[in-house]
Amino acid sequence: MTNEWTDACAIDDIDEEDVIAFEHDGHEYALYRTEDDRFFATDGLCTHEQVSLADGLVMGTIIECPKHNGRFDITTGQTKGGPVCEHLKTYETQVRDGRLFIRTG
Amino acid sequence: MTPTPRDYSLVGRDSALAEENGLVAAKWYAVKIDRKDLKRLMRRSDSPAIRDTLIWLALLVASGAGAVYFWGSWLCVPFFLVYGVLYGSSSDSRWHEAGHGTAFKTRWMNVALYHLASFMIFREPTIWMWSHTRHHTDTIIVGRDPEIAAPRPPDLRTMLLNIFALASSWKTLRSLLRHAAGRLSAEEATFVPQNEQARVFLIARIYLVILAAVALACAVTGSILPAMLIGLPSLYGGFMAIFFGLTQHAGLAEDVLDHRLNSRTIYMNPIFRFLYWNMNYHIEHHMFPMVPYHALPKLHEAIRDDCPEPYPSTWAAYREIIPTLLRQVRDPGYFIARNLPHNVEAVPHNPGAVFKAAE
Ligand code: FES
Repeated sequence: MTNEWTDACAIDDIDEEDVIAFEHDGHEYALYRTEDDRFFATDGLCTHEQVSLADGLVMGTIIECPKHNGRFDITTGQTKGGPVCEHLKTYETQVRDGRLFIRTG
Repeated sequence: MTPTPRDYSLVGRDSALAEENGLVAAKWYAVKIDRKDLKRLMRRSDSPAIRDTLIWLALLVASGAGAVYFWGSWLCVPFFLVYGVLYGSSSDSRWHEAGHGTAFKTRWMNVALYHLASFMIFREPTIWMWSHTRHHTDTIIVGRDPEIAAPRPPDLRTMLLNIFALASSWKTLRSLLRHAAGRLSAEEATFVPQNEQARVFLIARIYLVILAAVALACAVTGSILPAMLIGLPSLYGGFMAIFFGLTQHAGLAEDVLDHRLNSRTIYMNPIFRFLYWNMNYHIEHHMFPMVPYHALPKLHEAIRDDCPEPYPSTWAAYREIIPTLLRQVRDPGYFIARNLPHNVEAVPHNPGAVFKAAE
């Protein structure tokens, strides 16, 4: 894994208040777009039982895991309830020319 | 101990078998739904649950007031019946929905209802939060799921006692004492994380204080009435909880990674659906636990073509469940294999499903 900006997707690939999965170097990330058009990136798998968060529900800045409804704040990765005890790793994001870049590594 | 055909303990032979067979925290089948449709179904809202909770609480207060008013005469019986069912049975579905955090959009409302309903159904909230989490990870996987209501062979005596929540409440009482003393059982330790244990112990002590206060109120007033309003309704009003709860999975396949084969969707009348908060759409709930109870009928419509035929009524479900359980007493390998519609994707029965008698 490299500590550099990675071109992840076009910003329009993510709907408003939604999440998609992005794989890079064998690692799954979750990419989020909020209702007010802010972009965030976290690890793609829930820290509870490694379920893909891309199937979850984004509500404001909360992602709810599809398996047991565990919640994380997508801006900080902090747990916000449910059976999740371990915070989620977050990654910096940047939008350039209609594309979303994340700082992997 | 008499050897049982399967070992339902969470620390026994079949928990190891489940691991070996790849049944632990495995990938489960889910019907494909367009992401936009699913998002619409998952959308949270406070209003349906606020409306339903206000009606529920109003009915509780009204029936409780009637029961107190007519206390000492036979006329109190119908009031206690309504109060008991609302308190000791419909609290089950409130506990369940609020526990998933889907009933309301606002989190504190889910938390408040969860704690109130947990006390009413007489379940320790933290223990049951984690046991239910496991039930969703490993639904009806023997040796993993702590919430298998009808093991094979079924324990009919316990089931009958639980019509009035007797066996379950006795178990809870013993657990409360254990937890109040600061101890977890070996099984509980498999699903309750270390950092949650202090909360388990604290809540057990609070529950015991409440129960002691009710007992004291009975002693002071020289009447059982306080306990008829707080505590005992979990028992005398608990019969609808098992009536609904048993329909969820009893008699269906074990050790399969497809909720269409181990859960039932049943059409119920509006009163049952109010009491049970739509948990009759049980395949739907397990496959997509993020969909709130009020959207389950719509989810049902969205996936029904990929699911087995729903049961037309609770009665129809029991016409299958009762003979199945009776047969399983003699023949624990027997179960109801649900038929999937033709041409839909199916998950093959896992090798773990092969019935294996204990040595
Ligand atoms: S896997 Fe995400 S909350 Fe359990």
